Amino acid sequence: MIEFHLDRGSGVATYLQLVHQVRHALRLGVLRPGDRLPTAREVVDQLAINPNTVLKAYRELEREGLVSGRPGVGTFVERSLGQTSMGDRARLRADLARWVLDGRRAGLDLEDLEALIASVLTDSYREETA
Amino acid sequence: MTALRTEGLGRRYRRTWALRDCSVALPSGRVIALVGPNGAGKSTLLHLAAGLLAPTTGTIRAFGRPVRESLERIAFMAQGKPLYSGFRVAEMLAFGRRLNPRWDDAAARGRLAELGIPFDRRIGRLSGGQRTQVALTVALAKRPDLLVMDEPLADLDPLARQDMMRGLMAAVAETGLTVLLSSHMVSELDGTCDWLTVVNKGRVQVSGDIDELVAGHRLLTGPAENADALAARLPVISRGGTGRQATLLVRDTAPLPDPRWTGRPVSLEETVLAYLRAPDLAALPRPALTSLG
Repeated sequence: MIEFHLDRGSGVATYLQLVHQVRHALRLGVLRPGDRLPTAREVVDQLAINPNTVLKAYRELEREGLVSGRPGVGTFVERSLGQTSMGDRARLRADLARWVLDGRRAGLDLEDLEALIASVLTDSYREETA
Repeated sequence: MTALRTEGLGRRYRRTWALRDCSVALPSGRVIALVGPNGAGKSTLLHLAAGLLAPTTGTIRAFGRPVRESLERIAFMAQGKPLYSGFRVAEMLAFGRRLNPRWDDAAARGRLAELGIPFDRRIGRLSGGQRTQVALTVALAKRPDLLVMDEPLADLDPLARQDMMRGLMAAVAETGLTVLLSSHMVSELDGTCDWLTVVNKGRVQVSGDIDELVAGHRLLTGPAENADALAARLPVISRGGTGRQATLLVRDTAPLPDPRWTGRPVSLEETVLAYLRAPDLAALPRPALTSLG
Protein backbone atom coordinates (compact mmCIF):
# COMPACT_ATOMS: atom_id res chain seq x y z
CA MET A 1 0.00 0.00 0.00
CA ILE A 2 1.14 3.53 -0.73
CA GLU A 3 1.93 5.89 2.13
CA PHE A 4 1.31 9.52 1.28
CA HIS A 5 3.42 12.41 2.48
CA LEU A 6 2.86 16.14 2.19
CA ASP A 7 5.06 19.07 1.33
CA ARG A 8 3.08 21.82 3.02
CA GLY A 9 5.21 24.71 1.87
CA SER A 10 5.33 23.66 -1.77
CA GLY A 11 2.36 25.69 -2.95
CA VAL A 12 1.07 22.62 -4.84
CA ALA A 13 -2.56 21.86 -3.95
CA THR A 14 -2.81 18.96 -1.50
CA TYR A 15 -5.05 16.87 -3.77
CA LEU A 16 -2.56 17.31 -6.62
CA GLN A 17 0.29 16.14 -4.39
CA LEU A 18 -1.67 12.93 -3.72
CA VAL A 19 -2.41 12.50 -7.45
CA HIS A 20 1.26 12.98 -8.33
CA GLN A 21 2.37 10.47 -5.68
CA VAL A 22 0.01 7.80 -7.00
CA ARG A 23 1.15 8.42 -10.58
CA HIS A 24 4.77 8.27 -9.45
CA ALA A 25 4.19 4.99 -7.59
CA LEU A 26 2.50 3.56 -10.70
CA ARG A 27 5.45 4.57 -12.84
CA LEU A 28 7.92 2.98 -10.43
CA GLY A 29 5.84 -0.18 -10.10
CA VAL A 30 5.35 0.40 -6.36
CA LEU A 31 1.60 0.32 -7.06
CA ARG A 32 0.22 -2.34 -9.39
CA PRO A 33 -3.19 -3.20 -10.84
CA GLY A 34 -5.42 -4.69 -8.14
CA ASP A 35 -3.70 -2.85 -5.29
CA ARG A 36 -5.99 -0.99 -2.90
CA LEU A 37 -5.41 2.69 -2.13
CA PRO A 38 -5.77 3.76 1.51
CA THR A 39 -9.28 4.86 2.50
CA ALA A 40 -9.95 8.54 3.12
CA ARG A 41 -10.13 7.75 6.82
CA GLU A 42 -6.71 6.04 6.77
CA VAL A 43 -5.13 9.03 5.02
CA VAL A 44 -6.83 11.42 7.46
CA ASP A 45 -5.44 9.49 10.46
CA GLN A 46 -1.98 9.63 8.98
CA LEU A 47 -1.80 13.18 7.63
CA ALA A 48 -4.60 15.04 9.45
CA ILE A 49 -5.90 16.42 6.15
CA ASN A 50 -9.41 16.97 4.89
CA PRO A 51 -11.06 13.73 3.69
CA ASN A 52 -12.71 15.67 0.85
CA THR A 53 -9.20 16.36 -0.46
CA VAL A 54 -8.42 12.64 -0.57
CA LEU A 55 -11.70 11.92 -2.35
CA LYS A 56 -10.99 14.72 -4.82
CA ALA A 57 -7.59 13.18 -5.61
CA TYR A 58 -9.18 9.75 -6.10
CA ARG A 59 -11.87 11.22 -8.38
CA GLU A 60 -9.14 12.78 -10.50
CA LEU A 61 -7.28 9.43 -10.73
CA GLU A 62 -10.57 7.72 -11.57
CA ARG A 63 -11.22 10.25 -14.33
CA GLU A 64 -7.83 9.34 -15.78
CA GLY A 65 -8.79 5.67 -15.69
CA LEU A 66 -5.95 4.80 -13.33
CA VAL A 67 -8.08 3.65 -10.40
CA SER A 68 -11.70 2.71 -9.78
CA GLY A 69 -13.79 2.98 -6.67
CA ARG A 70 -15.93 0.07 -5.55
CA PRO A 71 -18.55 1.32 -3.12
CA GLY A 72 -18.11 -0.13 0.34
CA VAL A 73 -14.92 -1.95 -0.63
CA GLY A 74 -12.31 0.64 -1.56
CA THR A 75 -10.42 2.25 -4.39
CA PHE A 76 -8.28 -0.06 -6.53
CA VAL A 77 -5.57 0.43 -9.12
CA GLU A 78 -6.86 -0.34 -12.61
CA ARG A 79 -3.72 -0.06 -14.69
CA SER A 80 -0.07 0.82 -14.40
CA LEU A 81 1.62 3.76 -16.08
CA GLY A 82 4.17 3.31 -18.82
CA GLN A 83 7.54 3.45 -17.18
CA THR A 84 9.98 5.81 -18.83
CA SER A 85 12.95 3.95 -20.22
CA MET A 86 16.44 4.58 -18.88
CA GLY A 87 17.41 5.84 -22.34
CA ASP A 88 14.65 8.47 -22.33
CA ARG A 89 15.64 9.60 -18.87
CA ALA A 90 19.30 9.92 -19.82
CA ARG A 91 18.43 11.90 -22.95
CA LEU A 92 16.06 14.27 -21.09
CA ARG A 93 18.63 14.80 -18.39
CA ALA A 94 21.32 15.66 -20.95
CA ASP A 95 18.94 18.10 -22.70
CA LEU A 96 18.16 19.78 -19.40
CA ALA A 97 21.83 19.99 -18.43
CA ARG A 98 22.55 21.74 -21.73
CA TRP A 99 19.65 24.13 -21.12
CA VAL A 100 20.91 24.95 -17.61
CA LEU A 101 24.41 25.68 -18.94
CA ASP A 102 22.88 27.88 -21.62
CA GLY A 103 20.93 29.79 -18.98
CA ARG A 104 23.98 30.31 -16.77
CA ARG A 105 25.96 31.65 -19.72
CA ALA A 106 23.11 34.08 -20.32
CA GLY A 107 23.60 35.33 -16.74
CA LEU A 108 20.71 33.59 -14.93
CA ASP A 109 21.44 32.39 -11.41
CA LEU A 110 20.09 29.36 -9.57
CA GLU A 111 16.92 31.08 -8.45
CA ASP A 112 16.21 32.54 -11.91
CA LEU A 113 16.53 29.08 -13.40
CA GLU A 114 14.31 27.52 -10.74
CA ALA A 115 11.69 30.22 -11.23
CA LEU A 116 11.75 29.72 -14.98
CA ILE A 117 11.35 25.95 -14.71
CA ALA A 118 8.59 26.30 -12.15
CA SER A 119 6.76 28.75 -14.37
CA VAL A 120 7.02 26.53 -17.47
CA LEU A 121 5.87 23.51 -15.46
CA THR A 122 2.92 25.44 -14.06
CA ASP A 123 1.85 26.65 -17.51
CA SER A 124 2.28 23.19 -19.00
CA TYR A 125 0.19 21.42 -16.36
CA ARG A 126 -2.37 24.18 -16.28
CA GLU A 127 -2.97 23.76 -20.03
CA GLU A 128 -3.30 20.03 -19.42
CA THR A 129 -5.89 20.37 -16.70
CA ALA A 130 -7.79 23.27 -18.29
CA MET B 1 -26.85 21.23 -1.20
CA THR B 2 -26.30 24.39 0.76
CA ALA B 3 -25.46 24.15 4.46
CA LEU B 4 -25.79 27.82 5.20
CA ARG B 5 -27.32 30.59 3.11
CA THR B 6 -27.49 34.23 4.09
CA GLU B 7 -29.27 37.01 2.27
CA GLY B 8 -28.71 40.66 3.10
CA LEU B 9 -27.67 39.52 6.55
CA GLY B 10 -26.66 42.27 8.95
CA ARG B 11 -26.18 42.72 12.65
CA ARG B 12 -25.87 46.03 14.46
CA TYR B 13 -24.72 46.64 18.03
CA ARG B 14 -26.13 50.01 19.04
CA ARG B 15 -24.84 52.25 16.24
CA THR B 16 -22.09 50.00 14.93
CA TRP B 17 -22.65 47.45 12.18
CA ALA B 18 -20.62 44.32 13.04
CA LEU B 19 -21.77 42.66 9.84
CA ARG B 20 -23.68 44.11 6.94
CA ASP B 21 -25.18 43.16 3.64
CA CYS B 22 -23.83 39.62 3.83
CA SER B 23 -25.13 37.30 1.10
CA VAL B 24 -23.27 34.06 0.88
CA ALA B 25 -23.99 30.38 0.22
CA LEU B 26 -21.78 27.80 1.93
CA PRO B 27 -21.96 24.26 0.51
CA SER B 28 -22.61 21.27 2.76
CA GLY B 29 -20.03 18.59 3.48
CA ARG B 30 -17.27 21.17 3.38
CA VAL B 31 -14.77 22.34 5.94
CA ILE B 32 -15.16 26.09 5.66
CA ALA B 33 -12.54 28.50 6.97
CA LEU B 34 -13.82 31.90 8.03
CA VAL B 35 -10.92 34.32 7.97
CA GLY B 36 -10.57 38.04 8.61
CA PRO B 37 -8.91 40.64 10.81
CA ASN B 38 -10.02 41.22 14.39
CA GLY B 39 -13.35 42.99 14.51
CA ALA B 40 -14.19 42.06 10.92
CA GLY B 41 -17.45 40.36 11.84
CA LYS B 42 -16.32 36.71 12.03
CA SER B 43 -17.62 36.05 15.52
CA THR B 44 -20.88 37.82 14.75
CA LEU B 45 -21.42 35.69 11.65
CA LEU B 46 -20.66 32.50 13.64
CA HIS B 47 -23.04 33.45 16.43
CA LEU B 48 -25.75 34.19 13.84
CA ALA B 49 -25.04 30.80 12.20
CA ALA B 50 -25.38 29.02 15.54
CA GLY B 51 -28.64 30.81 16.32
CA LEU B 52 -27.13 32.58 19.34
CA LEU B 53 -27.77 36.01 17.85
CA ALA B 54 -30.77 37.30 15.92
CA PRO B 55 -30.14 39.20 12.68
CA THR B 56 -30.85 42.93 12.57
CA THR B 57 -31.50 42.68 8.82
CA GLY B 58 -31.79 39.87 6.30
CA THR B 59 -32.07 36.11 6.73
CA ILE B 60 -29.86 33.17 7.57
CA ARG B 61 -30.92 29.61 6.78
CA ALA B 62 -29.31 26.25 7.55
CA PHE B 63 -30.14 23.32 5.27
CA GLY B 64 -33.02 25.29 3.78
CA ARG B 65 -34.72 26.28 7.05
CA PRO B 66 -34.28 29.33 9.30
CA VAL B 67 -31.38 28.73 11.68
CA ARG B 68 -33.57 29.18 14.73
CA GLU B 69 -35.73 26.22 13.59
CA SER B 70 -32.69 24.00 12.92
CA LEU B 71 -30.88 24.30 16.23
CA GLU B 72 -30.86 20.56 16.93
CA ARG B 73 -28.79 20.11 13.75
CA ILE B 74 -26.20 22.73 14.69
CA ALA B 75 -23.46 22.49 17.32
CA PHE B 76 -21.41 25.46 18.47
CA MET B 77 -17.95 25.44 20.02
CA ALA B 78 -17.24 28.79 21.62
CA GLN B 79 -13.90 30.53 21.77
CA GLY B 80 -11.61 30.09 24.76
CA LYS B 81 -12.70 27.56 27.36
CA PRO B 82 -16.25 26.58 26.42
CA LEU B 83 -16.75 24.15 29.31
CA TYR B 84 -17.49 24.40 33.04
CA SER B 85 -14.07 24.03 34.63
CA GLY B 86 -15.53 22.73 37.94
CA PHE B 87 -17.27 19.83 36.17
CA ARG B 88 -15.67 16.42 35.88
CA VAL B 89 -15.45 15.01 32.34
CA ALA B 90 -18.19 12.43 33.10
CA GLU B 91 -20.46 15.20 34.45
CA MET B 92 -19.92 17.21 31.28
CA LEU B 93 -21.14 14.21 29.27
CA ALA B 94 -24.16 13.69 31.56
CA PHE B 95 -25.00 17.37 31.12
CA GLY B 96 -24.82 17.08 27.34
CA ARG B 97 -26.91 13.90 27.36
CA ARG B 98 -29.70 15.61 29.28
CA LEU B 99 -29.78 18.67 27.00
CA ASN B 100 -29.53 17.01 23.59
CA PRO B 101 -32.09 14.57 22.18
CA ARG B 102 -29.68 13.35 19.47
CA TRP B 103 -26.81 12.76 21.95
CA ASP B 104 -24.52 9.83 21.10
CA ASP B 105 -23.09 8.79 24.47
CA ALA B 106 -21.26 5.68 23.25
CA ALA B 107 -19.38 7.64 20.60
CA ALA B 108 -18.45 10.37 23.08
CA ARG B 109 -17.13 7.87 25.66
CA GLY B 110 -15.30 5.90 22.99
CA ARG B 111 -13.64 9.02 21.65
CA LEU B 112 -12.45 10.21 25.08
CA ALA B 113 -11.22 6.72 26.02
CA GLU B 114 -9.26 6.55 22.76
CA LEU B 115 -7.64 9.89 23.61
CA GLY B 116 -6.80 8.67 27.11
CA ILE B 117 -8.74 11.46 28.84
CA PRO B 118 -9.77 10.39 32.39
CA PHE B 119 -13.52 10.61 33.05
CA ASP B 120 -13.13 11.55 36.73
CA ARG B 121 -10.78 14.50 36.07
CA ARG B 122 -12.14 18.02 36.52
CA ILE B 123 -12.18 20.08 33.29
CA GLY B 124 -10.04 22.76 34.95
CA ARG B 125 -7.30 20.20 35.63
CA LEU B 126 -6.97 19.09 32.00
CA SER B 127 -4.34 20.47 29.63
CA GLY B 128 -5.45 23.03 27.04
CA GLY B 129 -5.30 20.39 24.31
CA GLN B 130 -7.35 17.89 26.33
CA ARG B 131 -9.93 20.55 27.18
CA THR B 132 -10.34 21.34 23.50
CA GLN B 133 -10.72 17.64 22.73
CA VAL B 134 -13.46 17.33 25.39
CA ALA B 135 -15.21 20.38 23.90
CA LEU B 136 -14.96 18.84 20.43
CA THR B 137 -16.26 15.51 21.76
CA VAL B 138 -19.25 17.22 23.39
CA ALA B 139 -19.97 19.12 20.15
CA LEU B 140 -19.72 15.95 18.00
CA ALA B 141 -21.85 13.90 20.42
CA LYS B 142 -24.79 16.11 19.49
CA ARG B 143 -24.48 14.53 16.04
CA PRO B 144 -24.72 17.89 14.31
CA ASP B 145 -25.00 18.35 10.56
CA LEU B 146 -23.26 21.70 10.98
CA LEU B 147 -20.49 22.32 13.48
CA VAL B 148 -19.68 25.99 14.09
CA MET B 149 -16.36 26.69 15.82
CA ASP B 150 -15.07 30.07 16.97
CA GLU B 151 -11.24 30.09 16.86
CA PRO B 152 -10.79 26.40 17.79
CA LEU B 153 -7.02 26.62 17.25
CA ALA B 154 -6.34 29.67 19.42
CA ASP B 155 -4.36 29.05 22.63
CA LEU B 156 -3.21 25.60 21.51
CA ASP B 157 0.38 24.48 21.07
CA PRO B 158 1.31 23.07 17.64
CA LEU B 159 0.91 19.47 18.74
CA ALA B 160 -2.53 20.08 20.27
CA ARG B 161 -3.54 22.01 17.12
CA GLN B 162 -2.68 19.02 14.96
CA ASP B 163 -4.46 16.58 17.30
CA MET B 164 -7.52 18.80 17.25
CA MET B 165 -7.53 19.03 13.44
CA ARG B 166 -6.92 15.29 13.10
CA GLY B 167 -9.94 14.61 15.35
CA LEU B 168 -12.06 17.04 13.39
CA MET B 169 -11.02 15.62 10.01
CA ALA B 170 -11.74 12.07 11.22
CA ALA B 171 -15.24 13.19 12.24
CA VAL B 172 -15.77 14.71 8.78
CA ALA B 173 -14.60 11.45 7.17
CA GLU B 174 -17.01 9.41 9.28
CA THR B 175 -20.12 11.58 9.23
CA GLY B 176 -19.77 14.01 6.33
CA LEU B 177 -20.75 16.90 8.58
CA THR B 178 -20.23 20.51 7.51
CA VAL B 179 -17.72 22.51 9.55
CA LEU B 180 -17.57 26.29 9.72
CA LEU B 181 -14.57 27.48 11.71
CA SER B 182 -12.83 30.80 12.18
CA SER B 183 -9.09 31.11 12.50
CA HIS B 184 -6.21 33.53 12.38
CA MET B 185 -3.77 30.81 11.42
CA VAL B 186 -4.20 30.76 7.69
CA SER B 187 -1.14 28.57 7.11
CA GLU B 188 -2.69 25.85 9.32
CA LEU B 189 -5.83 25.76 7.22
CA ASP B 190 -4.04 24.51 4.12
CA GLY B 191 -4.99 20.88 3.59
CA THR B 192 -7.66 20.86 6.29
CA CYS B 193 -10.18 23.40 5.01
CA ASP B 194 -11.52 23.18 1.48
CA TRP B 195 -13.64 26.33 1.34
CA LEU B 196 -12.54 29.84 2.24
CA THR B 197 -14.74 32.74 3.25
CA VAL B 198 -13.03 36.04 4.05
CA VAL B 199 -14.85 38.76 5.96
CA ASN B 200 -13.33 42.20 6.09
CA LYS B 201 -14.78 45.36 7.59
CA GLY B 202 -18.13 43.68 8.17
CA ARG B 203 -18.52 42.43 4.60
CA VAL B 204 -17.88 39.14 2.82
CA GLN B 205 -14.89 39.67 0.56
CA VAL B 206 -13.97 36.21 -0.71
CA SER B 207 -15.94 32.96 -0.77
CA GLY B 208 -14.99 29.91 -2.76
CA ASP B 209 -13.31 26.53 -3.14
CA ILE B 210 -9.74 26.88 -1.83
CA ASP B 211 -8.02 24.87 -4.57
CA GLU B 212 -9.79 26.83 -7.29
CA LEU B 213 -9.13 30.12 -5.55
CA VAL B 214 -5.41 29.50 -5.09
CA ALA B 215 -4.96 28.02 -8.59
CA GLY B 216 -6.71 31.09 -10.02
CA HIS B 217 -4.07 33.51 -8.72
CA ARG B 218 -0.42 34.09 -9.61
CA LEU B 219 2.42 36.31 -8.52
CA LEU B 220 3.98 38.06 -11.50
CA THR B 221 7.45 39.55 -11.42
CA GLY B 222 8.89 41.79 -14.12
CA PRO B 223 10.28 45.20 -15.07
CA ALA B 224 8.61 48.17 -13.38
CA GLU B 225 8.54 50.15 -16.62
CA ASN B 226 5.62 48.28 -18.12
CA ALA B 227 3.93 47.18 -14.87
CA ASP B 228 1.22 49.82 -15.32
CA ALA B 229 0.38 48.57 -18.80
CA LEU B 230 0.10 44.99 -17.59
CA ALA B 231 -1.81 45.97 -14.44
CA ALA B 232 -4.37 47.83 -16.55
CA ARG B 233 -5.26 44.60 -18.37
CA LEU B 234 -5.36 42.20 -15.43
CA PRO B 235 -7.33 42.00 -12.17
CA VAL B 236 -4.60 43.03 -9.72
CA ILE B 237 -5.09 42.16 -6.05
CA SER B 238 -1.87 43.58 -4.70
CA ARG B 239 1.17 45.38 -6.04
CA GLY B 240 4.70 45.58 -4.78
CA GLY B 241 8.27 45.83 -5.86
CA THR B 242 11.12 48.24 -5.62
CA GLY B 243 12.90 50.35 -8.19
CA ARG B 244 13.03 48.60 -11.51
CA GLN B 245 11.26 45.43 -10.45
CA ALA B 246 7.55 45.15 -9.89
CA THR B 247 5.41 42.34 -8.52
CA LEU B 248 1.70 41.90 -9.13
CA LEU B 249 -0.55 39.38 -7.46
CA VAL B 250 -3.24 38.83 -10.05
CA ARG B 251 -6.41 36.81 -10.40
CA ASP B 252 -5.53 35.52 -13.82
CA THR B 253 -3.71 32.50 -15.21
CA ALA B 254 -3.48 33.20 -18.94
CA PRO B 255 -0.02 32.98 -20.55
CA LEU B 256 1.96 36.21 -20.26
CA PRO B 257 2.48 38.23 -23.43
CA ASP B 258 5.85 39.65 -22.35
CA PRO B 259 8.74 37.19 -21.78
CA ARG B 260 10.37 39.56 -19.29
CA TRP B 261 7.52 38.78 -16.90
CA THR B 262 7.47 35.51 -15.00
CA GLY B 263 4.62 34.05 -13.00
CA ARG B 264 4.69 31.68 -10.07
CA PRO B 265 1.92 29.99 -8.09
CA VAL B 266 0.87 31.56 -4.80
CA SER B 267 0.10 29.95 -1.47
CA LEU B 268 -3.22 30.16 0.32
CA GLU B 269 -1.65 32.48 2.88
CA GLU B 270 -0.29 34.90 0.26
CA THR B 271 -3.66 35.03 -1.45
CA VAL B 272 -5.55 35.68 1.78
CA LEU B 273 -3.14 38.37 2.96
CA ALA B 274 -3.33 40.14 -0.38
CA TYR B 275 -7.13 40.32 -0.14
CA LEU B 276 -7.05 41.44 3.48
CA ARG B 277 -4.80 44.34 2.48
CA ALA B 278 -7.21 45.32 -0.29
CA PRO B 279 -10.59 45.37 1.46
CA ASP B 280 -12.30 46.99 -1.54
CA LEU B 281 -11.61 44.05 -3.85
CA ALA B 282 -13.79 40.98 -3.77
CA ALA B 283 -13.58 37.46 -5.13
CA LEU B 284 -17.05 35.99 -5.01
CA PRO B 285 -18.61 33.29 -7.17
CA ARG B 286 -20.78 35.69 -9.18
CA PRO B 287 -19.91 38.22 -10.45
CA ALA B 288 -16.37 37.05 -11.07
CA LEU B 289 -14.70 40.21 -9.89
CA THR B 290 -16.47 43.24 -8.57
CA SER B 291 -15.42 46.34 -6.81
CA LEU B 292 -17.47 47.05 -3.76
CA GLY B 293 -15.67 50.38 -3.31
